[in-house]
Amino acid sequence: MYVRASARAKTHYGPKPAHTFMTLTQNRITDLFSQKSERLLNVYFTAGFPALNDTVTILRGLQAAGVDLVEIGMPYSDPVADGETIQQSNGKALDNGMSLKTLFDQLEGCRQGQSRDPVTVPILLMGYINPVLQYGVEAFCKKCQEVGVDGVILPDLPLDLYLADYAPTFREYGILNVNLITPQTSENRIRLIDEESDGFIYMVSSASITGSTKGISDSMRGYFERIQAMNLRNPRLIGFGINNHDTFDTACEYANGAIVGSAFIRHLEEKGTSAESILEFVHTIRA
Amino acid sequence: MQTTLEPQTSFEVSDKGFYGHFGGAFIPEMLYPNVEELRQNYLNIINDPAFQAEFWQLLEDYVGRPTPLFLAKRLSEKVGATVYLKREDLCHTGAHKVNNTIGQILVAQRLGKKRIVAETGAGQHGVATATVCALMGLECIVYMGSIDMERQKPNVDRMRMLGATVVPATSGSQTLKDATNEAMRHWINNPVDTHYIIGSVVGPHPYPDMVARFQSVISEEVKKQLFAKTGRQNPDYVVACVGGGSNAAGAFFHYLNEPTVRLVAAEAAGQGVTSGHSAATTALGKPGVLHGSRTILMQTEDGQVIEPYSISAGLDYPGIGPLHAHLFDSGRGDFYAITDDEALQAGFQLSKLEGIIPALESAHALAALEKMNLQPDDVVVVCLSGRGDKDLSTYSKHL
Repeated sequence: MYVRASARAKTHYGPKPAHTFMTLTQNRITDLFSQKSERLLNVYFTAGFPALNDTVTILRGLQAAGVDLVEIGMPYSDPVADGETIQQSNGKALDNGMSLKTLFDQLEGCRQGQSRDPVTVPILLMGYINPVLQYGVEAFCKKCQEVGVDGVILPDLPLDLYLADYAPTFREYGILNVNLITPQTSENRIRLIDEESDGFIYMVSSASITGSTKGISDSMRGYFERIQAMNLRNPRLIGFGINNHDTFDTACEYANGAIVGSAFIRHLEEKGTSAESILEFVHTIRA
Repeated sequence: MQTTLEPQTSFEVSDKGFYGHFGGAFIPEMLYPNVEELRQNYLNIINDPAFQAEFWQLLEDYVGRPTPLFLAKRLSEKVGATVYLKREDLCHTGAHKVNNTIGQILVAQRLGKKRIVAETGAGQHGVATATVCALMGLECIVYMGSIDMERQKPNVDRMRMLGATVVPATSGSQTLKDATNEAMRHWINNPVDTHYIIGSVVGPHPYPDMVARFQSVISEEVKKQLFAKTGRQNPDYVVACVGGGSNAAGAFFHYLNEPTVRLVAAEAAGQGVTSGHSAATTALGKPGVLHGSRTILMQTEDGQVIEPYSISAGLDYPGIGPLHAHLFDSGRGDFYAITDDEALQAGFQLSKLEGIIPALESAHALAALEKMNLQPDDVVVVCLSGRGDKDLSTYSKHL
C-alpha cells in the first residue's frame, strides 16, 4: 500500500544527486549509424507475443534476416499511441504473463551467446512510462545496460520531463532515449529535440497512431522534404504506416531508413515465428 | 532544468502543471502541439471579459445557475450536524458536468476548432458534451466503452438524440479507461481541427486546472450562499465524491487555502476495499502515470493498470485527478472508502428524508457523513453532484 507523504517521516521524491556524466563511449546504435546511413530497417515486435517465450526466437530471426535494428515492445495495458494491431499484441502478451522482469530474464545472456551465436543487432525497448516507473527508472536503466539494451522509446515521456527528471540516469548507464517528431512538431521544437537526442530521431509519418494503412501521401512527402532540408545532426528513421516494400522505399528516399511494426505483428500472427517466416517478411519489405 | 520531483506545498497548479509532485503532461509527441496550444491559451481565453460574460450568461440562462444551497433539516437531525446540500443535480442535464462542457466549448470555439471529441463512462459527461455541441452547432463524437453502452442505454439514446455520434470503445476492458484511450487516439488522428473535452480533472496539464476552474463555480456560489444563510464565512467540512474528481475539485476550489475547512473525498470501495472489486484509488493505488498525468493509480506490481469496479459508473476509474492525489498525499484531504451497499443506503435515506433521489456517485458523498464523527455544531456542505434518475434501474434492484 502507498503511504502518503504526510504520513512519512521524509518524502522520497527528491532528485537524485548530480552525477558526473559518463560520456557515451560505445553504443551499438551510434556505432550502426556511423557505419551505415541508408535504407536501415528497424523492425518492431511485442515481447511475449504470440507466445510468452517467442521473444528471443523472434529477435534472433530478425538478426538472421539482416535487419539493422530491433525494437522490442514492452507490453502495457493502455497503449494510447498504438492502433488495434499493436494494442491486441500487447493485450495477448500480458495475458501470456509478460512483464518487464520476465523480458529482462529472457534477454539475459543473449549478448554473450551461451550455446548459440551472440545477438549483436542493436536493441531498443519501446513502451510506456508507467511500467518503467514501477520497475524503478535507475533499476531499469541498470538492467538495460546489463542485458545489452541500447536505447528506449517511451512515447509518453516527453522531452521536457525526461530532461528535468531522468536524463542523468539514462546517461549514466549509456541508454539512449529516442524522441519522436510529427508533422505538427514546430521547427523550434525539432531543433531542440535534435540537440537533446542521441542515436536517431523517430519521425512519425503522419498524424496517426500506429498501424495506419493510408500509404504515403503528397502532404507526407512535403513533411519529409521539410525535415530533410533541416540538416539535423541526428539520423532519422520514419515510422507509422510503413507496411510494405513501396512505403519502405519511399521512406528511404527521405530518411536513413524506416520502422515497421504492425505489419510484422500481423505477419507473425499469420505465418508464425520461424526463421523462414521472418526472412520472408524482411525480404518482402526490402525486396 | 527544474526537476518536477521536488515536493511543493501549494495547492495551486505550478507553471509546469504540477500539484505537489502530481500532474504534468505525460503525452506522446503527437499530442504535444494540441496540448501546448491549449496550455498557452487557456488562461488568456478564460480571463477575457467577453469569454467571462458569455460563460456566466450561459451558466445562468442555460444551466440554471446559481444552484440552490439547501439546508437538509431531516438529514441534519439524522447525522447530528448541520448539513447543506449543494444542488448540482438541478443543473441542466442533471449533473455538474455541464459547467465544464460549457466552459470548454467556448474555449474550443476561440481556438477555431470544428469538432469535439469526448469520453464518457456513465454517459453524464457524454450527454453534457453532446448538449453543448448541439447548442453551438459543432460536430460531436463520444467514445464510450461498449460494456457501458449496454449498461447506460438511456444516456446513449440521449446523446444520439442530441446529434452526437457515439462510438463504442471495444479495446481493453471496454469501460471508461478504454473510452479515454480511444478519445486520445482519435485526437492523435485529428490533431488540427478537433478539441478534446475531458470530463474530469484528469489528463495532461492544463486539463486538470482548466476543468477545476470551470467547476469552481460550485464553491464560489457556496461561499456566498452559506454566508447569506448563516453569517459564517466557512463550513467545517466540504464533502464530495471522487472518481476523477471534477465535482470535488469544484466544491473544494475556494477552500483549498482555508485550513479550517476539512476537505472530505468519498471514493468508491465497490464490494469492499480488499474485495478485488473496488475503485478506492487512494486506498489501493500507488503513484504512477495514467492518461497524461502523474497521479495515484490502481496498478499491478508491474505497472499495468488495474480495472476498477464500482456500482456507480461515474466513480469507476482507476486513477484520481492530480490535485486530489496531492490533497491525499499532503494530508489536506480526508479520504473515505464507501462501499456499494453504504452508497445505496445513503441514496435511499436521502430520498426518504428529503425527497431528493441522488445519483449513485453523490450517494457516496452522503454515506461519508456517517463515518466522519460529526459534532452537533459542525456545519457540513455536501456536493450533491447529480440526480438519480439515471440510476433507477440499479436502485430498483435493491428496493
